[in-house]
Amino acid sequence: MAVASSDTAIRSSNVTRTFIYLFLLLFALFYLMPLGIMLVNSLKPLSEITSGGMIAMPNEWTIEPWLSAWSTAQIGVEPTGLRPYFINSIAMAVPAVAISTVAGALNGYVLTKWHFQGATWIFGLLLFSCFIPFQIVLIPMARILGLLEIAGTTYGLILVHVVYGIGFSTLYFRNYYAAFPTELVRAAQIDGAGFFQIFWRIMLPSSGPIIAVCCIWQFTNIWNDFLFGASFASGDAAPMTVALNNLVNSSTGERPYNVHFAGAIMAAGPTLLVYIVAGRYFVRGLMAGSVKG
Amino acid sequence: MAATDPMLDSGADFRTRLQTWLPKIVLAPSFAVMVIFVYGFIAFTIYLSFTDSRMLPSYDLVGWQNYERLFRVRQWDTAIINLGIFAGLYIVISTIIGLLLAIFLDQKIRGEGFLRPIFLYPMALSFIVTGTAWKWILDPAIGLETTMHRWGWESFQFDWIKDSDMAIYTIVIAAVWQSSGFVMAMFLAGLRGIDNEILKAAQMDGASNFQMYRRIILPQLRPAFLSAFVILSHLAIKSYDLVVAMTDGGPGTSTWLPALFMYEYTFTRNQMGIGASSAVIMLMTIAAIMVPYLYAELKEQK
Repeated sequence: MAVASSDTAIRSSNVTRTFIYLFLLLFALFYLMPLGIMLVNSLKPLSEITSGGMIAMPNEWTIEPWLSAWSTAQIGVEPTGLRPYFINSIAMAVPAVAISTVAGALNGYVLTKWHFQGATWIFGLLLFSCFIPFQIVLIPMARILGLLEIAGTTYGLILVHVVYGIGFSTLYFRNYYAAFPTELVRAAQIDGAGFFQIFWRIMLPSSGPIIAVCCIWQFTNIWNDFLFGASFASGDAAPMTVALNNLVNSSTGERPYNVHFAGAIMAAGPTLLVYIVAGRYFVRGLMAGSVKG
Repeated sequence: MAATDPMLDSGADFRTRLQTWLPKIVLAPSFAVMVIFVYGFIAFTIYLSFTDSRMLPSYDLVGWQNYERLFRVRQWDTAIINLGIFAGLYIVISTIIGLLLAIFLDQKIRGEGFLRPIFLYPMALSFIVTGTAWKWILDPAIGLETTMHRWGWESFQFDWIKDSDMAIYTIVIAAVWQSSGFVMAMFLAGLRGIDNEILKAAQMDGASNFQMYRRIILPQLRPAFLSAFVILSHLAIKSYDLVVAMTDGGPGTSTWLPALFMYEYTFTRNQMGIGASSAVIMLMTIAAIMVPYLYAELKEQK
């Protein structure tokens, strides 16, 4: 990247460059605007929003909406705030990310370094499973979760997210390991190293970046999921996205917009934090999941 | 050797045999999960789409009845027309914005490292968050319209989100906001992969910037165009959360998309047979786009 951009053949005049900068800044504003509006309005008393519109800075700063969204706002029927649902989402996402990443690493290792008949077919089937519309599995999944007696629980959601996360995690590791020198694996095999020894001693130590990419993407996808959460855990076990939607769409009477915005930022917080801390891996995962797959 | 004295060799033999089987054993759980939870479930839903299932799955076959009824239901027409409008605009506008941003960012822009993450961060957000933000920003009672009135532009009107003919376009706005930065990232990667020497040669031959983009750069971005199209179209067909958060399908059923239709018919209206058939149509549409693309990608990698 750096090599190409350090010396580009395209030259442009000052007028063009001014236009380009203006265009880019305008779009930067466009992308930042909704987040900015949410932030500003989550720190205002409700009366300022309903009487003063949304763009102005608060006259009186308050964190009341945040406290309300976190612990007292009405979610569905209970005035619990978003806190229990935030915890649900963490209890769901952490194990689901861990399990699907481990499975993906092992699958990627097998599919690239232990070639066998039909490996490409299996990968193809796994790959397609990443892109199916999940509506096609909703009905049987509801039945199975019912039969396993984990419908409406966080365990049920963990199972669902692991099952439908394995495709992507395998994709990440397979593409990464495909570029890993197979000679090293063969040499270790000749020295008598076994399947797991090779994985543990040779593959894993150089897998840091792809583990980061995989965890970040699985986490983002699982945290942000709404369809599965709404279908299989809409009550007490609901994840954050479902609770936020309930908060915003179920309030009767005067709508506490400032509380909605505070809740929305809470729901966005974890994935946004991951993006800010590890944006580089985020972009890499985006590319691995799209251009190569 | 092992055949002559099985007792003596069986220990080592078991180990080597285990080693040859181990990769398959390790892959087996994922394989089983995929066969059952993805392809088995798809088969089950396809089967249900040919039955008279209502609130609960039923196993009595009724032929193509559900599909015939599906295409006679008015809401399905609405959902399909909406998908056409939404997907068309979403793909075209995101691609144009993404391409322009990528091309402009590629002009040795100062502050690129600062701008790029700003263009891309919406991808990290949940559609429910995006939907909540845009729902209130576009709400005429408190959002953009009121703000404009307050600033003195009394005649400004923007109530699309409450207008059943226009509401679908507000979904386009929010969806473009969320994914155009992602398209930018794909094009930028493509642009950075183009060999500068070719461009320099063209420039020496007197090609203008515009000509270089039209004749050399854009044709080389074909793979990025294709990826963007495939990813955006499959996102469009799957769109559900954003609509639920922004309009919940309303006003009325004016912003229904196939994903909402499926959910509503299956779980709220107890028409599981019709719901299943709509899910099958969604799957087929995505398969028609994804299968050739994935097949080509896999073949290329071999």
